[in-house]
Amino acid sequence: MELDKFSYDNKIVKAFIIATVIFGLVGMLVGLTIALQLVWPVFNFEFQYTTFGRIRPLHTNAVIFAFVGNAMFAGVYYSMQRLLKTRMFSDTLSWIHFWGWQLIILSAAITLPLGITTSKEYAELEWPIDIAITLIWVVFGWNMIGTILNRREKHMYVAIWFYIATFVTVAVLHLVNSFEMPVSLFKSYSWYAGVQDALVQWWYGHNAVAFFLTTPYLGMMYYFLPKAANRPVYSYRLSIIHFWSLIFIYIWAGPHHLLYSTLPDWAQSLGTVFSIMLIAPSWGGMLNGLMTLRGAWDRVREDVVLKFMVVAVTAYGMATLEGPLLSLKNVNAIAHFTDWIVAHVHIGGLGWNGFLIFGMLYWLVPRMWNTKIWSNKLANFHFWIGTLGIIFYALPMYISGVTQSLMWKEFNPEGFLVYKNFLETTVQILPMHMLRAFGGFLYLTGAIVMTYNLVKTAYAGSFIANEATEAAPLVKTESSGGGWHHWLESKPVLFSALALVAILIGGIVEMVPTFLIKSNVPTISSVKPYTPLELHGRDIYIREGCVSCHSQLVRPFRSEVERYDPLGGEYSKSGEYVYDHPFLWGSKRTGPDLHRLGGKYSDSWHYNHMLAPDAVSSGTIMPAYPWLFEQVIDKTTTAKKIKALRTIGVPYEEDYESRANDDLDMQARRMAENLQLEGIEVEPDAEIIALIAYLQRLGKDIKASRSAENNLTTGNQ
Amino acid sequence: MYKNVLQQIDNVQVWPIISFVIFFLFFLFLLWHVFTADKSFIRYMKKLPLDDKNNSLPVNEKTSNS
Repeated sequence: MELDKFSYDNKIVKAFIIATVIFGLVGMLVGLTIALQLVWPVFNFEFQYTTFGRIRPLHTNAVIFAFVGNAMFAGVYYSMQRLLKTRMFSDTLSWIHFWGWQLIILSAAITLPLGITTSKEYAELEWPIDIAITLIWVVFGWNMIGTILNRREKHMYVAIWFYIATFVTVAVLHLVNSFEMPVSLFKSYSWYAGVQDALVQWWYGHNAVAFFLTTPYLGMMYYFLPKAANRPVYSYRLSIIHFWSLIFIYIWAGPHHLLYSTLPDWAQSLGTVFSIMLIAPSWGGMLNGLMTLRGAWDRVREDVVLKFMVVAVTAYGMATLEGPLLSLKNVNAIAHFTDWIVAHVHIGGLGWNGFLIFGMLYWLVPRMWNTKIWSNKLANFHFWIGTLGIIFYALPMYISGVTQSLMWKEFNPEGFLVYKNFLETTVQILPMHMLRAFGGFLYLTGAIVMTYNLVKTAYAGSFIANEATEAAPLVKTESSGGGWHHWLESKPVLFSALALVAILIGGIVEMVPTFLIKSNVPTISSVKPYTPLELHGRDIYIREGCVSCHSQLVRPFRSEVERYDPLGGEYSKSGEYVYDHPFLWGSKRTGPDLHRLGGKYSDSWHYNHMLAPDAVSSGTIMPAYPWLFEQVIDKTTTAKKIKALRTIGVPYEEDYESRANDDLDMQARRMAENLQLEGIEVEPDAEIIALIAYLQRLGKDIKASRSAENNLTTGNQ
Repeated sequence: MYKNVLQQIDNVQVWPIISFVIFFLFFLFLLWHVFTADKSFIRYMKKLPLDDKNNSLPVNEKTSNS
């Protein structure tokens, strides 16, 4: 048979590689900055665009979507062409994908420091960017499916399945989680409220880890590890089981992010059960990767690519064992909201994604530039300093997480909290935070060394923009036995549809019952919508990223109720969140929980605290927010906000938007007058007034319901 | 409208069990499938990534530079 002559497009891979390296450095540098901020607040620079709350999402987005995302596209575009023996479907689509994705990253880098955020973790970008992401994702999928349909290799290798699952699932996740009601070009409210918003968000958040950080990288592992080791994958059979079990089970495990929250118990248990089940496919995949090196372990000693990959796969195994263990309620009770979780994600991020990317780059760049790696010594240096960086990052975070958690929970024999002041527990772990920053510094140093090495390599070689090759065209034949999966691998569209079904089952089963509001969200009659001033305050709270450090979820533990609501003894209830678009439960307590904050301190305390936190709580690492005292509330948006919220179910009266600003002015004036009595001169329309109004509202409604109940009981006696 | 429809589902709690059963059966089916799969096909698929020429360094002919 005559062979087709064609070429592989390396230019697009090169572009994604360059973007990977640049954004990797940026993302890690921002990471190092926020690590320093958590020890020395001076690194917030008292500048609103660089405070922790605003640039923490910049770090996560840069690392996930820019660094890991671009590397994923580089790996997918390189391996897919070769596995399917065809050039990418359309060069134009490839370049639209590339530049579109970089524009999205650029818009994230601009909007996040400006405080334009939905506050939902890893989905912070506002609605116009969400739409852009959808469009570019479709371009990526179109290009990918087109390439698969144009293939010269009848059967799709396991890596391709993982890429298909990535495309399909991320599309579903992004669409469902990004349902939001626009208020203006840069502001929207999540369509869902409270518990439901939390469930959707963590179904998304968990599966973003699964299908953005894991499945594409497993596909890349199945391609690049055998290439680097120059031997086939250990068990292709295992890879079939690995794939289907992983994508089916992963999607269910989201609720393990919400253990001890107000999510219905059955949904929490579901999250736990499926998380434990997840160990099987994850470890199946890890073992399949490591066993691929059987008989070649001696080469690991010499080959830096294999070194990186072995540590990456091992980190994957560790993180995917740790994840299910953290999903056990007894472990989660200790670990949740602490640095333990930060350690866990960084084993995944620095170890699994980072090291697999580095390994892939050290393998790809010399081949694409037709040369040898410029300096093996420097690459080895990178490997060791990177490994040390991971250790210096993770170990202190584990110690810090457990230490702080135990301090939160410690009671003295008299039955009082030993560390009543939250700040004591923060100060205690600062040395660990210093070590963590040092670990991050080592890791970043390694990445800088790699950049130098790769640039030198590229300059030493000459780039092969189009790699010529040839392959026999695909002849349409009936399947010649080999079984059901054999047949399925030759039917990409059907394959994608089945993958979609597999991931939809879990999502639907979890969501549908939770959306039956009546049975699952007990309503509390005293819970009322926010006043216009509080609403503005809440939006400022969202803008400043307060949720990065402060949870709003008092879990049903004696230690938490005692700490956060000693008088009322109320842990958080689902009914309290029914008007919270979006929910603001948070996932980390760098500072104390705020769900019962209302009425705990005076307005003037909050005023002084936001202006100079250290003057009020000595030794705090909270940054100051001086701009809140200068900027004024944007009252032009009040009516639009009220209208938008009413559309998605918040019961503001008809036409309330026309009076909302009057109510706002009245409440603000009253607060300013009260502050004046305490000697504080402040304009009623300063943003700080709105923020204080919101903070003082937190937990007030449940207190109101309690006092109503008390009155009732007293009346009955 | 759809909310009412969903609210009338009886025993919605049984859903997870049903889907677990579906998955478990599918899993057994997969196991059966992979253990009975054609050996030559499995061998062929395993070798697929190693099927092109750029496994060692440097090997590729230069076709264009940039």
